[in-house]
Parts: sequence; C-alpha cells; structure tokens
Amino acid sequence: MAMQAPDIERLILAALPGARVTITDLAGDGDHYSAEIIWAGFEGQSRIQQHQAVYAALKGRMGGELHALQLKTRSA
Amino acid sequence: MTDQVTAPINDWLKSEVGSNDVVLFMKGTPQFPQCGFSSTVVQVLDYLGVPFASHNVLESDELRSGIKDFSNWPTVPQLYVKGEFVGGCDIIREMFEAGELRDLFANKGVQVNAA
Repeated sequence: MAMQAPDIERLILAALPGARVTITDLAGDGDHYSAEIIWAGFEGQSRIQQHQAVYAALKGRMGGELHALQLKTRSA
Repeated sequence: MTDQVTAPINDWLKSEVGSNDVVLFMKGTPQFPQCGFSSTVVQVLDYLGVPFASHNVLESDELRSGIKDFSNWPTVPQLYVKGEFVGGCDIIREMFEAGELRDLFANKGVQVNAA
C-alpha cells in the first residue's frame, strides 16, 4: 500500500482549491510524507479543523493506504 | 471495567476521556511504544512531567477503529485533556515547540513541572 506525492497533492488541491502544497518524501517508501499546506480557507480554523480538512481531502486513505503524513498547515 | 467494554466502544471511550485528566490512546505502552509518533507524544508528556493514563490500541481492533470514529481523526496517537481531543503527534509537537502545550495544561489545571 503506498501513494505517490503527485497523487497526494492532486487530492489536496481538488479539495482545497488554490492551496500552496509542498510535499516531502520522508522515507522513499511511498508511505511516509510530510506536507506543508498554506490555504486561505484555513483562516479562523483550529489546527485540528485544518488537519481534518486535509484528511477529508484524502478520502479515507489517511492511516490506511497512507501510513504517515506529517502536516504543517496555516492560512497565510 | 468488563461490562463497560462490552457496551458500545463509544460509551467506554466517553467514560475514559471523561474520568481521566489526561489520556493518551497510542500504539504500544509508555514503557514500550510501538510507533515513533506514539513515542514522541509520550516523551513530550514525560518531559513536561504530566501524569497520564494510556491505552494500547493494538490490543483491540474495536478500540483501534472506535477511537478514530470517536474523534473523527484517522490516526493514532490521540491525546485528550479534560475530555477534549487536543491532537495527534503533529499538533502535540507543534504546540509543545510553541510553548502552547504547557499553557494548555496550566490553564486546564493539570499538574506540569516548572519550565
């Protein structure tokens, strides 16, 4: 089970239009990435809500197909 | 404890997060964490000197999936303080590095060691 960085980015951008997404492969195994996401839509949201929005964008793959995605989110 | 566990996992989770000031759902135990992310949160709590209850989600599939539905959060570890979900490893580490975690514990009346 693994994902490729472009697929992760595509899913995130589809759900968070206009976001600036930087994905880093942490282990080269397709299972451990970090993502920094800057999106105006996060404005006023707690960190938990911001991360939940990203998990929702991944449509259930988080914790299954994608083992680890370290997230850093902010609105600007 | 046994009859509570046969009740829907949500009732048991509600009572656990409600009856412990600080409770960590993790993979493994504080002494033997079985996941780097779980281990990181344990280290942060130990560093701050915060006593906490913990549950090993690897011991029960029902718990492992139930906790994710309970908080609408797809991964473990998960940290709860005074009944409130605070976050997983990323958020706990980010809050810790920003000094926000120590403030959170202090504001919620949870014992934390001196800075």
